[in-house]
Amino acid sequence: MSAKSKKRDRPRVAFFDFASCEGCQLTVVDSLQTHVELLEAVEIVQFREASSERREDYQIAFVEGSITRPKDEERLRRIREQATLLVALGACAHTGCVNALKNLHKPEDVRRWVYGDCAEWYETYAARPLSAVVKVDAVIPGCPIDREEFVEVVKALLVGKKPPIPDYPVCVECKLKGNVCVFHVGKTCLGPVTRAGCGAICPSHGDGCEGCRGLIPHPNENAMEEVLDEFGLTLDQIMGQFTMFNAYSEVENGEWAQ
Amino acid sequence: MGTVKIDVHHLTRVEGHGNIVVDVRNGEIKTCRFEVVEAPRFFEAFVRGRSYDELSHITSRICGICSVGHATTSLQATEKALGVELSEQATLLRKLNFHGEIIDSHVLHTYYLVAPDFLGVPSVIPLVDTHKDVVLRALRIKKLSGDLCALIGGRHTHPIALTVGGLTHTPTERELRDMRARFVEARADMDETVALFASLPWPQFERETEYVSLHKDDEYAFIGGTIVTSDGFSYPIEDYRKVTNEWCVPFSTAKWTRHNRDAYMVGALARFNNNYDQLHPRAKEAAAKFGMKPLVTNPFLNTAAQVIEMVHCIEDGIRIMDELLTRGIKPEAPAPVEVKAGEGVGSCDVPRGILFHNYVYDDDGICTSANCIIPTNQNWANVNADLQAFLPQILDRPQEEIRHLLEMLVRAYDPCISCSTHFLRVEFV
Repeated sequence: MSAKSKKRDRPRVAFFDFASCEGCQLTVVDSLQTHVELLEAVEIVQFREASSERREDYQIAFVEGSITRPKDEERLRRIREQATLLVALGACAHTGCVNALKNLHKPEDVRRWVYGDCAEWYETYAARPLSAVVKVDAVIPGCPIDREEFVEVVKALLVGKKPPIPDYPVCVECKLKGNVCVFHVGKTCLGPVTRAGCGAICPSHGDGCEGCRGLIPHPNENAMEEVLDEFGLTLDQIMGQFTMFNAYSEVENGEWAQ
Repeated sequence: MGTVKIDVHHLTRVEGHGNIVVDVRNGEIKTCRFEVVEAPRFFEAFVRGRSYDELSHITSRICGICSVGHATTSLQATEKALGVELSEQATLLRKLNFHGEIIDSHVLHTYYLVAPDFLGVPSVIPLVDTHKDVVLRALRIKKLSGDLCALIGGRHTHPIALTVGGLTHTPTERELRDMRARFVEARADMDETVALFASLPWPQFERETEYVSLHKDDEYAFIGGTIVTSDGFSYPIEDYRKVTNEWCVPFSTAKWTRHNRDAYMVGALARFNNNYDQLHPRAKEAAAKFGMKPLVTNPFLNTAAQVIEMVHCIEDGIRIMDELLTRGIKPEAPAPVEVKAGEGVGSCDVPRGILFHNYVYDDDGICTSANCIIPTNQNWANVNADLQAFLPQILDRPQEEIRHLLEMLVRAYDPCISCSTHFLRVEFV
């Protein structure tokens, strides 16, 4: 096979976004600093933030952002129809991230607070992850995503393997790094129940884990409670913090219709 | 030119979703405007009820490009509300981190988003084959600024270590020395960058407007200072509403602002116009290569002003690192916080212009009211005024060229649309 035909056969990839800060797509752009070879492995046919090119014949769709209004659903369903593989890129797409904090409030209050008397002009409903609307084939967690993990997931998808996302807690990575547990310096941390894969980046920089990568599949709540007990904290206090990135998993749509 | 119909749905190479809509019939302009269609996210509403020490980590999520800017502004508002003073070392580290983000954001806009317009390609990707040296230089500068942000904040996007009262992590002397050496090496890349962008054929278009930015007498203002405008007004940061005067327009999920005229401009060009005297001499030399001296009234040159600011931030970054190294850098706990009720306004001139965060806290340090006014939102009225002034000047060109030039005009503002759709409520209590 000639180099040229190889280039033509590369998987066609597209990037899309809904309600988000677009920081995960920027992290994708930044991954090129150290992995420029990715451009050889795939063909990017749509990436609005970085390119004017716009083709609809993509096979793999990376989707950033939460779904926050009915018309977003139509667009997401069209992407789902076209894509062989749909990957949730980052916490907004995966868990609803901070967007879902609004689900903890009353809808009318939220709209009026921001838009006052013009509230009726703007459509919005409870923020939700992609999986609340369509089938998601793979997830790259985190707020933002981890650059190296993104590269590893892409490599796995290209060879048809399951993406290597850990299902053990952040504590494991934190201990491997030899960090002093942040509970010991008077802080709180969601590391015992949060999915690893970030290299325990927050505790490594003196801050407790805030749970942006979501809960591990079978969190050991008893162990978490023991840790909290030791430091005079309760599970309720910690779960209050957990809502920063995981309000959707706590209340789903809350008091918002639909 | 008789009839032109342009509908750019979801303008590319900008952050967020917006449309350009143009309708010209028999030479008469019926419609010419930029519409913001980004989904609102309602940050001001949902930070209420959260604790003072969570606010900067939540609001940095407003924007993936200027998360350091949002975090710094947010912390400033909280620290004012709670009466917390930063140490000299923490002040210097925050400034340095901020410079890193200015460079990072500007290199993204100038090289990745604007340069393809001049080189006739849809994105930076085809340039890997045709202009490899340019792409590698852009990646080098991007990596340098990202690494600096990571050195201080833990990572660039959504900094970890910036916290109320200071930082939870301190770079080592060795790390700072290595970073300083890389900044000195980057001067060569800056020279090449200035030469490249100064050689581009910038579209000719002049429309004077009011330029709004922060100002400090003793440095090029990015963090704090006073609000100044090129029409001669000056306000303390706390009076920001006298400048912004927000209102809603039905075709945009972003609110608009106005001050002394129907519109004003914020961002690199506004800072350049108001604070030219405080630029580093090397940045002034760069400005001379573009033939720029205040008052510059061509909005396309906002991109040039960004190049000039990159030069400034490299030079001033070296100065800050020298100061930190001379003082002797050491791990330092954040300043103690006494939780109490209070209100504070923070303001920084982030990559896209002046930003305000305003919070009220109750006795337990829980946020009860919040207001954030984002730079891109302050530019919308001006973008539209520019579009309407520019279109008649280019109506005799082919439709495709008109579309391209209008896109370039909007892009020159470096709009950050996903940022711009969660401002404030109409009335603040």
